[in-house]
Amino acid sequence: MSNSTLDKAQKGRLVTIINLPFGELRAHLIRLGITEGDSIKCIERLPGGTIVIQKNRQEIAIGYDLAKKIKIILH
Amino acid sequence: MKNDLIDVPQIKKTKEHINDYQTNLDKVVKVVLVGNPNVGKSCIFNHMSGMYVDVSNFPGTTVSITKSFFQGAELYDTPGIYGVSSFNDEERVAKDIILSADVVINVVNGLHLERDLFLTQQLIEMGKKVTLILNFSDVVQKKKIKINTQLLSELLGVEIIETSAVTKKGFDQLQNAVKLAKVGNQNLDLQFMLQHLIDKGISKAEALLIIEGDSITASKNFMQPGLSDDREKIYITRRSKVNEIVTLVEYEDSKKGEIFNQLGRLSLHPKTGVPILIVILSLVYFFIGDFVSQQVVDFTENKIGKELFEFNVKSFIANFNESTILVSSLDEPGNVVENKTFRFPNGMASDTKLKNEFLTFSNKQEIAIDFQFSNPILRLFFGEFGVITMTITYLFFLLLPLVIGFYFVMAILEDSGYLPRLATMMDRAFNKIGLNGKAVIPIMLGFGCITMANVTTRLLGTSREKTIVTAILQFVIPCSAQLAVITVLLSGAGLKPLLIFVTVITIVLITLSTLMHKLLPGESSPLLLDLPMMRIPRLDNILKKTFFRSYGFMKEAGVWFFIGAIIIGIFEIFGILEIWQNILAPLTTEWLKLPKETATAFVMGMVRRDFGAAGLFDLNLTSMQVTVAIITITLFVPCIASFIVMLKERGLKEGFAIWVATWISAFTIGGIVAQIII
Ligand SMILES: Nc1nc2c(ncn2[C@@H]2O[C@H](COP(=O)(O)OP(=O)(O)OP(=O)(O)O)[C@@H](O)[C@H]2O)c(=O)[nH]1
Ligand SMILES: [Mg+2]
Repeated sequence: MSNSTLDKAQKGRLVTIINLPFGELRAHLIRLGITEGDSIKCIERLPGGTIVIQKNRQEIAIGYDLAKKIKIILH
Repeated sequence: MKNDLIDVPQIKKTKEHINDYQTNLDKVVKVVLVGNPNVGKSCIFNHMSGMYVDVSNFPGTTVSITKSFFQGAELYDTPGIYGVSSFNDEERVAKDIILSADVVINVVNGLHLERDLFLTQQLIEMGKKVTLILNFSDVVQKKKIKINTQLLSELLGVEIIETSAVTKKGFDQLQNAVKLAKVGNQNLDLQFMLQHLIDKGISKAEALLIIEGDSITASKNFMQPGLSDDREKIYITRRSKVNEIVTLVEYEDSKKGEIFNQLGRLSLHPKTGVPILIVILSLVYFFIGDFVSQQVVDFTENKIGKELFEFNVKSFIANFNESTILVSSLDEPGNVVENKTFRFPNGMASDTKLKNEFLTFSNKQEIAIDFQFSNPILRLFFGEFGVITMTITYLFFLLLPLVIGFYFVMAILEDSGYLPRLATMMDRAFNKIGLNGKAVIPIMLGFGCITMANVTTRLLGTSREKTIVTAILQFVIPCSAQLAVITVLLSGAGLKPLLIFVTVITIVLITLSTLMHKLLPGESSPLLLDLPMMRIPRLDNILKKTFFRSYGFMKEAGVWFFIGAIIIGIFEIFGILEIWQNILAPLTTEWLKLPKETATAFVMGMVRRDFGAAGLFDLNLTSMQVTVAIITITLFVPCIASFIVMLKERGLKEGFAIWVATWISAFTIGGIVAQIII
């Protein structure tokens, strides 16, 4: 277990979100169903750091610049 | 008597019950369909209103409001939103109409309750009368997910209609959607937070938005927007309530039901995604570039357009008017074998003998016939570039088949769910030019129609991104009609012109966007995109969309083609075209190394780019000249319709700046290429 940011998540691994950035993006993520404390699965990590995660049945693509700001714990 | 006494209070009771339960239809003026992106709002709108608006498998298909009618009330389709607020244009548009709605029909995707019910809960907390449409029930069932709608309805306090836009299950129930609408269960804690605003006479809906920090709604009511702490508290409370509801009402029968979106995953992965993209592009190339543009168009343009339609119309006119007909019979490779001239000073009908001779001579396999009318008005309408003859052949028998082909391909892509995955794959590349992957969507739609794509730029996050994409669309992206003409011009010219064309356009694209990224102030937003399910495109969707778009294209292009052809025809009769050609001659002949008649194509190109490109058909250009000409025309000004939409979307200043810049860049770059390759 170690602290990291979402852009470093590995494909196929579960991560726990510990901190979301402030502002509108935070509101937007909460609406999509991503909150602090949630476990999500990283289903793809593209070269350059675009991340695709899965929460419930929903797949969400997150750009590198945003992923960098989301703090996680790697399992 | 006795019966009456017992019955009366009972009837009264049920009536009362109905009254507080059912919404009084007479009082409903505005019904608004609201929901997350890509949940099927537009499908349901189409069904309820009997209209057609676009339905596609990516979030953000609908970007503006469409009005129609349902049971005597106004019915509105809105852009998809994840919550009511003013974070972006779509939200602002949707927010205003929700605030003024009498009834909200909230469409949710049964697969993504956790995401979708957040908006539902917010609408309920706003105190709106809501009916919930639980859509996608076909997929829910297939995935063996069970939703306890009874319990969900009780927990939310609103009525639920289960539907599937695919199987049309539950669509008959939509009749009751407005009647069933009611105010859902209210939250007392929240009520407490809002009370001081409500006491000032502010509606509950607006009060909630103010506390959530919506500055537009706040200043409208002369209030201070709430602090971000308040929003956080309300959002987190709402989120946990929704999560709790979902755990109570939903269970999966077997974990195997989990979506296994294999193809979707593959198209994301770089190792498989790139090959998939190449396969898709090749398929498109073979379908359009080979099948439609060669086989189909050859048949429609020559057999139907020229031999059947034009020949008969022109012969009919020639029957009664002075005409000279030049007929050349050709051999297999297209060389002239024999020329014959038939003169009818009093019209063909007056000289049956010569007419029969003409008909027999022209009744051969390979033949070219040129009808010449001495009357200038007849020339204007029925001559070689006749408003009636040429325009109809171009529009119906050349452009239409190709445009249908392009729209068909676009519809398949839009319906498959591939576009958002392409957006994800391209995200990093787009970051380099100040965009995020979402920009793929308007750009891809631009290959269908620039005018439409200009509006779709609304789904981008910031004004800066919209400017960059709008510029890219006007400068470098050829629309389907234009691609159609280019395909025809390039077919038979070999691979080299195509390669030069693609290379030049790509270089311009990269230079332009890099420059804009460097020069424009402001920031771009990061990608945050929910990916819809990949699925096999549904034929009825595709055919419907292709039909409506092609119809729309014909309606618009038709008008402009006729107007354009009349203007060009009149200019020609009065010699204005000649003057214009001579003025531009140094530019066309020296710099672009094209015949001076090409100047006509540029006038035509200001009306529509495809029309301009069509003006190149009869110029007998060499393949390198064709290359220069299509590069110049592609980079040239957008068509009138998209120019107007651009002004509306991006404002006068920006719109005109882009328009003028396209002039300059088209001639500069076209000229440079000409100097190198000709
Ligand atoms: N399987 C299935 N697909 C559906 C259903 N309803 C809609 N769809 C598909 O979902 C996609 C989105 O439908 P739209 O009607 O465009 O959705 P929308 O809510 O208007 O989307 P936006 O305008 O982007 O907000 C389309 O591909 C539809 O064919 C349904 O009940 N079942
Ligand atoms: Mg829609």
